[in-house]
Amino acid sequence: MFAWLFASPSEARLLGDARLRGPTAWVIAIMSFSIVVIAAAGLALATTAGTLGEAIQARYSVEAPGGGSDVGTLLAAVRTAPGVITAQAVSETEMRRTLERWLGPAAQSPDLPVPALINFDVADGAKLQAIQARVQTVAPAATVTSHREAVGPLLHSLRVLQWVAFGLVLLLSAAASAAVVLAARGALDTHRFTIEVMHGIGATDEQVTNLFQRKIAIDAFVGSVAGALAAAAVLLLLSAGAAFAGELTGGATLSGLDLLILALLPLALTALATWVARQAVLATLRKAL
Amino acid sequence: MRVSWQGGEPVASDGARSEGGRKLSQVAEFDSVGLRYGTGAEVLRDLDFRLANGGFYFLTGPSGAGKTSLLKLLYLAQRPTRGRIRLFGEELSEAPRDSLPQFRRRIGVVFQDFRLIRHLSAFDNVALPLRIAGATEEQVEGPVREMLAWVGLADRASARPPTLSGGEQQRVAIARAVINRPDLLVADEPTGNVDAEMAQRLLHLFSSLNRLGTTVVVATHDVGLISATPGAKLIRLENGAVADPTGSLRNPPQPARGAS
Repeated sequence: MFAWLFASPSEARLLGDARLRGPTAWVIAIMSFSIVVIAAAGLALATTAGTLGEAIQARYSVEAPGGGSDVGTLLAAVRTAPGVITAQAVSETEMRRTLERWLGPAAQSPDLPVPALINFDVADGAKLQAIQARVQTVAPAATVTSHREAVGPLLHSLRVLQWVAFGLVLLLSAAASAAVVLAARGALDTHRFTIEVMHGIGATDEQVTNLFQRKIAIDAFVGSVAGALAAAAVLLLLSAGAAFAGELTGGATLSGLDLLILALLPLALTALATWVARQAVLATLRKAL
Repeated sequence: MRVSWQGGEPVASDGARSEGGRKLSQVAEFDSVGLRYGTGAEVLRDLDFRLANGGFYFLTGPSGAGKTSLLKLLYLAQRPTRGRIRLFGEELSEAPRDSLPQFRRRIGVVFQDFRLIRHLSAFDNVALPLRIAGATEEQVEGPVREMLAWVGLADRASARPPTLSGGEQQRVAIARAVINRPDLLVADEPTGNVDAEMAQRLLHLFSSLNRLGTTVVVATHDVGLISATPGAKLIRLENGAVADPTGSLRNPPQPARGAS
């Protein structure tokens, strides 16, 4: 199946020693770099969206205006409401720290009213109206909000960005394929005389194609691995600086499966380039007698 | 049975056979064959002839008569635009292109412009037909060395064509054409760039191959070459047609005075 990959020295000499002199390896390296970086971003977004989606699926907040003198009572009421699994109060300090991002030092001003806030998770089938009624018995002005509704637009944006990233990966793969087709045609033009002589002597399309397929496979492999290694270095630098979507997505990470997918991308790109080159060469050869 | 070379001479042959193994009486049959390039006038027209298995043929005619085009039809570089061509007992005028390589491997071609691959050594150029046919490096080494020695290029095996003289390139081209001991040898002006002695040696090689069953077709203006091959038959082309369809020109003309 992969016998074509292993050229004898005489076969290797047929197309001359032009490996890595052409632009194919460089173009594929750039494509591979871009694909791996964008795919990593897409996978990180997918992980973040999945984690966030799961986290907010059954999460609600009780917000009581006027602050926290009765937070303990409110928390007890929430915890004993039917269907509530867990409930935690968000401290005023934490809320002020969060507000500081937007308001600056003014967030610490005692003149700024901070509501009491309790996050709670409910079991499947819990009745929100009953929980709300229980809460309003101790804090009539309290409102219950669903995290799913509040964070929904952000989650939707994350999903859209994730698919945009995967779409870009496909577009870049298509661009890499187009570059390979051009490179294959260029190589055929360069070696047209050799091909004509080989055909005249009785070489089959398969024999001629294997020569080009092997050359482009090697160039594609070298290029895609080099590009992926460069991308890995950049991703490591970004993650070391905690800049890689950290603040935005709450610390997006890549799972073991994600890393495996990223590691396989250069091989997939090599396989795609090789297949595309083979089809391009065969299609061109079939036009000749 | 395939050929082996000893001292530069082919030592075994059983002539061209059909795919079924039956000995053929005709290697090539042309029936009402015509050829035109694009929308131009026909460069070959109404070709009706047979090449007997084991025959030796000279193809002559003035420049532009269509000799090279006829050879292209013979070595399957061109399809006829009309008529039918049978090679080795098979109708190949409209045969699928995937089937052509197996027939091309039975044909040795000496091109007028040599058609050597410039970046390959003389050794690799001569070895190419064997390698394409699937021979291992061990099977290639001996015959190619012997062949190069026979054409006087033993010490130029590693030289690339651009560093060889015209005559040396032609000898490499001839060695490549006959290394596989083809059933049909087609040569376009094979002695155009070699001296008289080498021309005689090449003719001797062609004759040796022919005696062992290879059908030889040589396009040439070299009257000396024709006269030196008494048993050969002539096909004369004029304006794209066989000028002697009756076959009366079987006896080669005498060489012009001083011709080699």
